[in-house]
Amino acid sequence: MKSMAAKQLSALVGKEFRQMLRDRKSLFMLVGVPVMQIVIFGFALTNEITHAKILVEDYSRDPVTQRIVDKIQASTYFDVEEGSLMPDALNVAFRKGQIKLAVVFPVNFGSSLLHLHRADVQIIADASDPNTAVTLTKYLSSIIADYQMELDRTSKAPLQIEPEVTMLYNPELKGAPTFVPGVVAFVIFLICIGMTSISVVKEKELGTMEVLLVSPLRPALFLMAKGLPYLAVSLLNLIIVLLMSVFLLDMPIRGSIVLLLAESVIFIVCALAIGMVVSITSKTQQDAFMNGQLNMMAPAYLLTGFLFPVENMPLPLRLLANLVPSRWYYIIVKDIMLKGMGLQSIWKESLVLVGMTVVLLWVNTRILKVRLQ
Amino acid sequence: MGAVVISTNQLTKKFGDFAAVDSVSFDVYQGEIFGFVGANGAGKTTVIRMLCGLLLPSSGTASIAGFDIYSQTEEIKKSIGYMSQKFSLYEDLTVKENIRFFAGIYGLSDKEIREKGDGLVFELGLQESAKKKVKELPLGWKQRLSFSIAIIHSPQVVFLDEPTSGVDPIVRRQFWELIYAASERGITVFVTTHYMDEAEYCGRVSIMVDGKIRALDTPSNLKTRFSGNTMGDVFRSLARGAARVGD
Repeated sequence: MKSMAAKQLSALVGKEFRQMLRDRKSLFMLVGVPVMQIVIFGFALTNEITHAKILVEDYSRDPVTQRIVDKIQASTYFDVEEGSLMPDALNVAFRKGQIKLAVVFPVNFGSSLLHLHRADVQIIADASDPNTAVTLTKYLSSIIADYQMELDRTSKAPLQIEPEVTMLYNPELKGAPTFVPGVVAFVIFLICIGMTSISVVKEKELGTMEVLLVSPLRPALFLMAKGLPYLAVSLLNLIIVLLMSVFLLDMPIRGSIVLLLAESVIFIVCALAIGMVVSITSKTQQDAFMNGQLNMMAPAYLLTGFLFPVENMPLPLRLLANLVPSRWYYIIVKDIMLKGMGLQSIWKESLVLVGMTVVLLWVNTRILKVRLQ
Repeated sequence: MGAVVISTNQLTKKFGDFAAVDSVSFDVYQGEIFGFVGANGAGKTTVIRMLCGLLLPSSGTASIAGFDIYSQTEEIKKSIGYMSQKFSLYEDLTVKENIRFFAGIYGLSDKEIREKGDGLVFELGLQESAKKKVKELPLGWKQRLSFSIAIIHSPQVVFLDEPTSGVDPIVRRQFWELIYAASERGITVFVTTHYMDEAEYCGRVSIMVDGKIRALDTPSNLKTRFSGNTMGDVFRSLARGAARVGD
């Protein structure tokens, strides 16, 4: 025999699922929008760069450097500009934004390579645009490595060209591969709020809320049943987005996937709870949409930290950012995906998320009135 | 007369200074069809909402099935059914799905839901439409379905707030056949209406004017007392001079 609560819950969840799946247009939005955003952000991120201006300062001028420069020129990635070998020319060109990359061959590069079997080459990149800098440096390094392998085949002893890479302006490449976790946090956050923000107010508008209030249904159960189907869709959403990040955008997941999913469940519940608060306090679906989407959009976009580092913001904004759950989730996703960290290093952020979620759920049960106002 | 199922004493609801319902007292007996008649704004819906636990009274007492409306709302909720003024089934769900949902909310088992659901569909002649979405049904059918669902858990009392608004007298008559059937099964029916033909169908009628009960008796007694041929005549002679004129 099922208990009363179990029967009520299964009836409610069944109904919510049915309504959700039947509303094709909304469902398409729920799943389609995150996919679209990941594609848009993703391609803005990884789109191949072609014909980037590269400055070659060749102090050696020997057949070896000539061969390498030819190879660089032959690739579609770069347009080579011969350097003037003037002391400050390189800096000026970078500062004016005329070049993205520079390669410097020191004096005696070729003879050093052939006789000492090793030579250094300097690669300098404009890292104020970190994505481009990393990509271009990789292209150039692989061209040089190719050439080295060519030489290796004819040489008796192994040769070694040592590229020495300098990232100008932004040596730590902050903000580069962190884009995807940011988008994940941002997109999932807004979609979750959007999903639940109309769920309760819709019943109010339709008049079905009154019937539910008269029934022996407990508010907490009602909210739980409202949230569960959306939790399922959101998890599906997240998995799609993660799969796209890994297979389409070459993002690593270095840490534990189980931990990542567990943290995601907490974050999703937190966002759904925010939407629920919006829904309960709104009078019409339109209100709910305004409160949920438009008002949350800016803080989520700006304060999650993936576009502008929160550490650089003035104190009031930093404090405000701390109230945005996606900021904490973003840090968690970044640490798990990119740095492969475990719970021991993200327990603080996790605790903040759990705390926020608990408070929000509690607020929900308090504000859902069993009587009409 | 059976046992008292609904009992109110000086029940009052004020919104600010405005007394929507002003010291209303009455008893309703088991199996009775009790009508609440009044113009729009007379306070009928407010009375129903207080009895169903949707609104807290400002003063006065009331009990339903022996349970106090202030302190025993959970018990009351299990013993009543409710059909609100606004049409309140899920239009995007099918007939069967609506039945399954509301029966589930009232804690019926899967077996009961199947049996009662089939019986209900048969009784309403909805076999052909059981898998149709509710929005595809004509209004009169929707209202009868809504009523049948409101009593699927066999409550002691069912509250109907203007259940037949917007349909013609023939369709209203069909609806009332369901009310009679429910009453014969011992379900007490508390119904509000502003249609005078419906007032004639009730066992007893209470006429509300400006938040107060002006008369309460059987339709035939009321007609004799106010020397009218129809309930419409009775109502007009009582409501003359009402401060709150309905729209």
